[in-house]
Amino acid sequence: MLVLRPALRCARAPSSLSRLSVSRGFATTLRRAEELHKTPLYDFHVKNAAKMVPFAGWSMPLSYGEVGQITAHKHVRSSAGLFDVSHMLQHNFTGPTAQSFLLTLCPSSLASLPPFSSTLSVLLNEVGGIIDDTIITKHSDDAFYVVTNAGRAKEDKEFITKQLAKWNAEHKDGEKVKWETLEGWGLLALQGPKAKDVVQGMTDKDLSEIKFGQSAFVELDNGKGDKVKCHLARGGYTGEDGFEISIPPAEAVAIGERIAQHPDVLLIGLGARDSLRLEAGMCLYGHDLDESISPVEAGLSWVIGKDRRAEDATPTFPGKSRILTELAKGPGKRRVGFEVIGAPAREGSKIFDAAGTKQIGVITSGIPSPSLGTNIAMGYIENGQHKKGTEVKVEVRKKLRDAVVRPMPFVPTKYYK
Amino acid sequence: MLSALRPLARPATGAFRNLASVKSTTQTLRFSAVRFVSTRYTTDHEWVSFDSNTNIGTVGITDYAQKALGDVVFVELPAQGNEIAQGDSIGAVESVKAASDIYAPVSGVIDEINETLADQPGLLNKAPQGDGWLCKVKLSDPAEFEALLEADAYKAHCEGA
Repeated sequence: MLVLRPALRCARAPSSLSRLSVSRGFATTLRRAEELHKTPLYDFHVKNAAKMVPFAGWSMPLSYGEVGQITAHKHVRSSAGLFDVSHMLQHNFTGPTAQSFLLTLCPSSLASLPPFSSTLSVLLNEVGGIIDDTIITKHSDDAFYVVTNAGRAKEDKEFITKQLAKWNAEHKDGEKVKWETLEGWGLLALQGPKAKDVVQGMTDKDLSEIKFGQSAFVELDNGKGDKVKCHLARGGYTGEDGFEISIPPAEAVAIGERIAQHPDVLLIGLGARDSLRLEAGMCLYGHDLDESISPVEAGLSWVIGKDRRAEDATPTFPGKSRILTELAKGPGKRRVGFEVIGAPAREGSKIFDAAGTKQIGVITSGIPSPSLGTNIAMGYIENGQHKKGTEVKVEVRKKLRDAVVRPMPFVPTKYYK
Repeated sequence: MLSALRPLARPATGAFRNLASVKSTTQTLRFSAVRFVSTRYTTDHEWVSFDSNTNIGTVGITDYAQKALGDVVFVELPAQGNEIAQGDSIGAVESVKAASDIYAPVSGVIDEINETLADQPGLLNKAPQGDGWLCKVKLSDPAEFEALLEADAYKAHCEGA
């Protein structure tokens, strides 16, 4: 049965996480370890009995020791969990035209974004498809900090390189944009209701001043008597209050150890990261998003700034005509949440109408929810069938199961606002 | 038998400790002299404990499998009376992260399913080779059972996987 065969079946496995997590991973991790990138915390993970798996070209912790995914998941919801997300690509864009340049890559309203605030956004291709989803943090009109997905590093770099070359060719010295990626830096996410107490114990900065979606450079105590300047952004990928902390390479381990020593903190791997984000209704690129899908289809219309939507608004963004049409007339399909009765639906499960006769969509992520005890999923469904409460059928192991369109997030978010 | 008792430095040790307890049941049953019960394994990490007297095989997953799966939260089993053919997908064991098919290790008719798993899927983690059994199958071709892996061969399979 188990493990080996499903490992090779893309349609059945819910996400790359699961594909990597099963036993195939145990053998290949060793063989491929040398080819995989390691975050600055690699040795720290190994020391803490992490089960390391290949993920997006990186060797990453799936779980730690004997702590199961459900225990890890619930600990984040009730206390605090530390995630190493250093595999994600961190960028700095600086220069007098940095804001205008970024406006040509994404549809967000960066002009109205206050300094030291972040927004979810998308990098778009020429036909309005999502190259990647990203968090853009504005420090000032001429300085932006951007985080993109590890699994899209190659595509993102190619896209930015090309667009930037064009941009800088059209701008004279003194107006050009400088782009750097923070290779080797640490990026740690501390998530959960106790995250603020843990970080507050490491800094003199009053964290109540930093609300959800805001950020600051703060000095964090590394447990060795040193203060380390880190970028602290309030938010994350779990729906809980928490922080994403960007740390200079040499200090990443010390800060990680300092946080992990706190009695309320548990180390959390990619397994629980996936179930937490799905309960929060958040997308995982490569599963819920790809280059054919527009932000309108993905239910991310809110990332398209009001000031960017006028026909004549400049600068324009890639794929604008498709996106404006979809905003006006509705997209062909929409990403929505589902509750599936009886058995969990996984990525690739077909969605049928209530009569079970016509396929009207496909599941892109699905799990038995550790917090709710119900089977939750997200997927794309024909426009018109997307309203909450709509009854549909979802095919799991050749049987049609009852399912209902549900609003997301499945678990209410608890941001500090 | 000896290999099951030999201390192993591998993670599979746990599996074989459990196996030893399964075997001790075997010994007791063997006492009745005519009955023959033995356990064999598949490369898909299932075990079958076959009773030649009743022609019934009890099917479950191995300790190696439960460790790889993590917390089991849902088990879907075939209905009693279903006819199954070796290699058929007859259900699934699901953790939060993944669904893994249960493939019929032998052909036959489902004689009984482990109803307890509906309420306590965690039994698959706690006692995969005991109370966490999946179903009982009345074998249509016992030769299929004889062709499955013996404990040593299965152990070698896990170590080489």
